[in-house]
Amino acid sequence: MADTANTPAYESDALIAQDIDAYLEAHQHKTMLRFITCGSVDDGKSTLIGRLLYDSKMIFEDQLAALESDSRRIGTQGQEIDFALLVDGLAAEREQGITIDVAYRFFSTEKRKFIVADCPGHEQYTRNMVTGASTADLAVILVDARKGVLVQTRRHSFLCHQLGIRSVVLAVNKMDLVGYDRAVFERIVADYRDFAATIGIENFTAIPISGFKGDNITAAPSANTPWYDGPSLIDHLESVEVLSAADAGKPFRMPVQWVNRPDLDFRGFSGLIASGTIASGDAVRVLPSGRTSSVASVVTFDGDLDRAIAGQSVTLTLADEIDCSRGNVIAAADDPPQVADQFEATVVWLADEDLHVGRGYWLKLATQTVSATVQEPKYRIDVNTMERLAAKTLSLNDIGVAEVFADKPLVFEPYATNRTLGGFILIDKATNATVAAGMLHFSLRRSQNVHWQATDITREHHAALKNQTPRVLWFTGLSGSGKSTIANEVEKQLALMNRHTFLLDGDNVRHGLNKDLGFTEADRIENIRRIGEVAKLMADAGLIVLTAFISPFRAERQMVRDMLAENEFIEIFVDTPLEVAEARDVKGLYRKAREGKLKNFTGIDSPYEPPENPDIVVNTVDMTPEEAAQYIIRRILPLK
Amino acid sequence: MRPYVSAPMTELPTLTHLQRLEAEAIHVMREVVAEAERPVMLYSMGKDSAVMLHVARKAFYPSPPPFPLLHVDTTWKFKAMYELRDRAAAEAGMDLLVHRNLEAQERGINPFDHGPLHTDMWKTEGLKQALDQYGFDAAFGGARRDEEKSRAKERIFSFRTASHGWDPKNQRPELWNLYNARKRKGESIRVFPLSNWTELDIWQYIHLEGIEIVPLYFSAPRPTVEREGMLLMVDDDRFPLAPGEEPVMRSIRFRTLGCYPLTGAVESEAATLPEVIQEMLLTTTSERQGRAIDKDEGGAGMEVKKQQGYF
Repeated sequence: MADTANTPAYESDALIAQDIDAYLEAHQHKTMLRFITCGSVDDGKSTLIGRLLYDSKMIFEDQLAALESDSRRIGTQGQEIDFALLVDGLAAEREQGITIDVAYRFFSTEKRKFIVADCPGHEQYTRNMVTGASTADLAVILVDARKGVLVQTRRHSFLCHQLGIRSVVLAVNKMDLVGYDRAVFERIVADYRDFAATIGIENFTAIPISGFKGDNITAAPSANTPWYDGPSLIDHLESVEVLSAADAGKPFRMPVQWVNRPDLDFRGFSGLIASGTIASGDAVRVLPSGRTSSVASVVTFDGDLDRAIAGQSVTLTLADEIDCSRGNVIAAADDPPQVADQFEATVVWLADEDLHVGRGYWLKLATQTVSATVQEPKYRIDVNTMERLAAKTLSLNDIGVAEVFADKPLVFEPYATNRTLGGFILIDKATNATVAAGMLHFSLRRSQNVHWQATDITREHHAALKNQTPRVLWFTGLSGSGKSTIANEVEKQLALMNRHTFLLDGDNVRHGLNKDLGFTEADRIENIRRIGEVAKLMADAGLIVLTAFISPFRAERQMVRDMLAENEFIEIFVDTPLEVAEARDVKGLYRKAREGKLKNFTGIDSPYEPPENPDIVVNTVDMTPEEAAQYIIRRILPLK
Repeated sequence: MRPYVSAPMTELPTLTHLQRLEAEAIHVMREVVAEAERPVMLYSMGKDSAVMLHVARKAFYPSPPPFPLLHVDTTWKFKAMYELRDRAAAEAGMDLLVHRNLEAQERGINPFDHGPLHTDMWKTEGLKQALDQYGFDAAFGGARRDEEKSRAKERIFSFRTASHGWDPKNQRPELWNLYNARKRKGESIRVFPLSNWTELDIWQYIHLEGIEIVPLYFSAPRPTVEREGMLLMVDDDRFPLAPGEEPVMRSIRFRTLGCYPLTGAVESEAATLPEVIQEMLLTTTSERQGRAIDKDEGGAGMEVKKQQGYF
């Protein structure tokens, strides 16, 4: 503990005691820096953070007392204080002696408040590091002086760079254990420089430290490293430019979060300014519509502002009554961001369940939420070797590059230009879990060159000519449950009622439109997507479409529901139990599946996810096909 | 916060840490209002609640915050807290809902006779009841990550099952400032807009913004008794005194406020906000130590409570 005495970086007790008003005045002008610390299990990361908290007096007496007793009981530093114990959190990990999730720590110096994302260096590293790095201005990469640049060092540096961190500190730790040897430090710096250049890190700041002993943490050079002529870690952290300051110099963008409408006289658009500055009178463009107006006022609780900058939450009123709602982006009129629906992106997979290529996920980017699919990855990256590997899908902690197709245009910028308009998450539609994070690279040219052709005869015209309301009656259920039989019966009865219909049947479609598809999960998803698109065209043409497909996955049925107009999709669950369907075995498929001659057979070795809220449920145990059909028709009438 | 005043384009100021924390909290609140069906703000009359309410008024100005305040009452708060509660809600133009656990009331559960059961029934159960009764699907709370070890890993959007359970191993990753607020029917989210604030940030913000807080945070002569090393204030005649015991007038204040029989005071002369901040900066005892609750169930008190549904 010898060298933890007050240094100029920290709160001066004397000023606090003598003139608290002067102290408060000074501290109101502090800025904030967020950084991430990365290191593998034994690099001394927790010790370094514990030290930063300790030195900035973020540890109170009672916590210190607990720390001292814990240090003796479960610590790894003998009788000395084990700073690492300060920064562990949940009970489970205290027992295992590892950190299992991102934890956020806080400390401040005279000049800045710091938020540290403390990320573990082991198994869940990618997921946790990506989370911690997403909000960081700077990364501290820890290297054990005894071990040098390791595979983990490369992995951490690569991930930080992918997430757009441009300020990197290489902290060569445990210098006390190598006798503060300058040659060791310089060799590690040279190794790292060679590696950094290969992944695009142009510059970094290297500092020789000892988190345990305190060298070059708050003051440099420490007496043990007279040969070092750079800044201390704290000096460096206090002087680096923060991201929001850099963002302020870019063109204006504000994603609209909420329309503020207290009464008929006020209509404001609330949001956090992602980049640039805004003042009343500035010309703006609302995207994706492209309509222009000018800012009438920048409204806040504290009064209207002359100007607001990136990082501030404000409410803008516009001079003209133009359409603008949540998900729109208000931008500089002469320099707006792009709008597109197909992109290339880096995708980081965060969930236990693999990516389903072609399945619809919710994609949230700034305040926009759309349905999107990820195509087969172009490659995935081995984060240890930076090699590009072929991949059919992405699994937990994989990072890959793939095309992403959205069902509606998105206002975006490349992630490298703007984190807010380039970073997105993917959400599983069935479980609502956040399954991936992504960074947009650029839009695909075809999305810029393919436009919707407006036609004069609309879907409403088509439907009116047929004197009916288009519907898609989507029959789902196990093989042999009676979908085709019932659908056929429904179509017969509708025909007697002079309704214009078309029945799409699973087996029939696979003879033509989908004969190139097999029965893997990816192919089954694509099968349903194509059928959904065909059903949509037919519904646009005014028809009542009946489809009979097993369609085992909720997500794909939801995908089709989302493609269609509201209330057009009617999910009909043919709820025949597996035993009954298997006993019938009309096509002999269950027998083949049981004998192992048929793979991926729904209900046997591939799951069936029954609907959670089907519009109609029928079965073929209590009802004849005719009764089931009559029941369905009663439920869907009137169709005009 | 003082509005930012125009400066030439060439020298844009960097936002201060308090401006950034405020902007982040506003962003979080607006996301919840845009995506949740029935949000509510938990309001406990403490200093963190005061800051949260103030930020909410800023977030939606000129509209009033589009959600009600909910106070889960235990009937054992300090009198001064009840007084501020009703006034603060009226000033913000918000509805105030007060919920008391009827079963706890009928059974006469109190902090003197029932120990941990008091917190469990009035607060933990009371909160669950209130959220279920009104069907709230998102509840703002004023918790901070710097308060306690298990909170350091809490997400800003924290998911609870339909039975209000918290699974620390199954939380959604939270990237950038993108929050996934989707949930199934019956599930709810606890949202902590002040996650990244420290105790000092809270005090500085109160100072800078002139936010009214309960006078108990400031030192004054108050009637006290000592119990198990804690200095307790005798706030009303429900406080059971030992035979011959007389409350002693001491100059005290509180660093944290809860049920008065469970909240320890500190002896202090700090009667103004700068003096309170001065004392806080020079002090060496952490904030929650004045509360008995963290010490239950060994070292992992708060974590266990959260798994059971405590806020």
